[in-house]
Amino acid sequence: MPESSVFAPQYASIPHRDHTAELGMWVFIATEVLLFGGLILAYVVYRHAFPQDFAAGSRHTEIVIGTANTAVLLTSSFLVAWAVEIFSPATAKIVTRLLVGAACLGLAFIVLKGIEYGKEYDEHLVPGIDFQFPGPKANGVQLFFIFYFIATAIHALHMLIGICLLITLAVICQRAPSTRHRTALHSAALYWHFVDVVWIFLFALIYLPGRSTS
Amino acid sequence: MSAKNYLTADFTLRSWFLTTDHKRIAILYFASLIFFFFIGGAAATAIRIELATPQADLVSSDVYNRLFTMHGIIMVWFFLIPSIPNTLGNFIVPLMIGARDLAFPRLNLMSWYIFMLGGCVTLFAILAGGVDTGWTFYTPFSTLYSNSYVIVAAAGVFIAGFSSILTGLNFIVTIHRLRAPGLTWYRLPLFLWSLYATSVILVLATPVLAITLLLMATERFFGVGIFDPRIGGDPLLFQHLFWFYSHPAVYIMILPGMGVINELVSCFSRKQVFGYKFVAWCSLAIAAVGFLVWGHHMFVSGQSLIASLVFSFMSFIVAVPSAIKVFNWTATLHKGSIHFDAPMLYALAFIGLFTIGGLTGLFLACLAFDVHATDTYFVVAHFHYIMVGGMVTAYFGGLHYWWPKITGRLYSEYWARTAAILIFFGFNLTFFPQFILGAEGMPRRYHVYPPEFQVWNVLSSGGAAILAVAYLMPLFYLGYSAFFGKRAPANPWNAPGLEWQTSSPPPEFNFAPQPVVTREPYQYNERFEAEPQNA
Repeated sequence: MPESSVFAPQYASIPHRDHTAELGMWVFIATEVLLFGGLILAYVVYRHAFPQDFAAGSRHTEIVIGTANTAVLLTSSFLVAWAVEIFSPATAKIVTRLLVGAACLGLAFIVLKGIEYGKEYDEHLVPGIDFQFPGPKANGVQLFFIFYFIATAIHALHMLIGICLLITLAVICQRAPSTRHRTALHSAALYWHFVDVVWIFLFALIYLPGRSTS
Repeated sequence: MSAKNYLTADFTLRSWFLTTDHKRIAILYFASLIFFFFIGGAAATAIRIELATPQADLVSSDVYNRLFTMHGIIMVWFFLIPSIPNTLGNFIVPLMIGARDLAFPRLNLMSWYIFMLGGCVTLFAILAGGVDTGWTFYTPFSTLYSNSYVIVAAAGVFIAGFSSILTGLNFIVTIHRLRAPGLTWYRLPLFLWSLYATSVILVLATPVLAITLLLMATERFFGVGIFDPRIGGDPLLFQHLFWFYSHPAVYIMILPGMGVINELVSCFSRKQVFGYKFVAWCSLAIAAVGFLVWGHHMFVSGQSLIASLVFSFMSFIVAVPSAIKVFNWTATLHKGSIHFDAPMLYALAFIGLFTIGGLTGLFLACLAFDVHATDTYFVVAHFHYIMVGGMVTAYFGGLHYWWPKITGRLYSEYWARTAAILIFFGFNLTFFPQFILGAEGMPRRYHVYPPEFQVWNVLSSGGAAILAVAYLMPLFYLGYSAFFGKRAPANPWNAPGLEWQTSSPPPEFNFAPQPVVTREPYQYNERFEAEPQNA
């Protein structure tokens, strides 16, 4: 692996640059926590106001797809963590494959999500476009699905950005990896794990309410 | 002219628009903010002309709504929030900590482009016909009833938010990681403590605004009732989310100003800032407690009395660190060798005006008084004392103080003092009558009013005319000095900060040898009187 001794003038050394970059990613994740935090707060307020309706809405989600997606995403995070762990000159080839694998799992997640959206459209559960829900719980269920769509759409957007990052890093790894890319990979991995963690929260909030009773 | 500096390093347009030099990016922000300041100011001018008479003679009520909305949106998001952080902060932070640039220079440039994109989208909303919701975008008016460009304007603010986040992120990482050897946290100039606190708010509050505006725009676009009580939504939730950002945003708009005042008061009293550690931690205390007071914007909204009591109590608490700062500045002045240079005039004006703004904030934190004052001119006067009397004054003070460093030229002290004094009188004449109007019950956001309020409104409009002239003056004498002013020495104020130890204007990478810090900041009383200056 060629060691590039050139680093931007504001840094004192290569480790200094790398630690600085990593801190940047942590601060960025802090801002992301508040982004999803605001959304989840709104969800919590309405779930508190309409517990029965949210349970009813939740029972209309595709728990099989949701669970499969959770498994897909956790596996892809595992591949990324693996890639970070073994990143070295000798392993560039494996790292590339791990990253491509993780990106493919990410795409699989998006595809499954799309299928899920399609099913919900067929069942007239898309507020603002086509929403019909019989009975007195219609309003609460609509609120549930508004948050379902906004939260999963923002999450999917984060996934797409993450997939682009992973593919970019895979390409770099195949061509000319250097120690600089270890930090890039580490930061991208932090981001990818964060998106994963957000999904675990969303999974619990979206798919699980009301499952134990019916 | 000896060695090349950051201004003379390259003259091509490309070298400006693709620069990653924090100093050039600061200049880009500076130029953009002047532009937005005068757009927001033009709207304010139209408002004050309309209010000179009780009748509607200049604009209709609908146009008036769009004017004050435009004034608010532009001034809050496209002037006040980026003002000190993105111009003076961008320029001075790396110099103050002895670094060659911010931690992420390309991100810094990107933040300017995002800001300009947000600004252009907002300008488009204004040119297309404007927005009439007020800068707060309250639902259900913004989602159901308003027949104006709400989504476009919200999109502009949403985009500009990312620029704020990136700047905050850059400052936090820079202050953590790029300090010169020997520059411990307690040796940092207080300007950096306050910018650090500001950055924490920028990073943690702005995303909540983003998600709030997104929910609001979704409701308006798709006609779904996120905040619509007819289908189960809660309009108060919008207010909670909005003020969860927008109250801390008030501290985004004042903390950097307080930071500048530390530098000015200590430099022009030739003394260390009194109680350095208290002032430093007060910045962080304001940032932290500032997140817990948003409900004081909602005392009359119908939130529970318990909530109101708690928010009222917290609002009193948050005034404590601000008061500590004011007392400490006053104590710094005590027995100081005070010089009334232009930056100091701004600093003294700041202390007085901020105190009035802060004390009237305590009035408003009282539930019993607030019920009467809500949505009156008392509130308008209060926050203009903080935002304009405080932040804009500090901005001008800091701009004059660091002008020789930024441009390498000296401005005319006579004109600078004249403008400072005019701003002070113009400001008070504009906004003090509004306290009286508010106390007498004149509501805000109306373009007509009963004739008995006219005398105070005429005074206020007259003050606004003085203020407008005073704000235009620096454009001329500072503009003139940038090209024809006397060359500035490296350290015209004889100040000990690191930013004064490099040439004026600084070279492209700020410092030739890496500076090493061996002492606390603000050591005015020791060696600096004797040290030779390198011009």
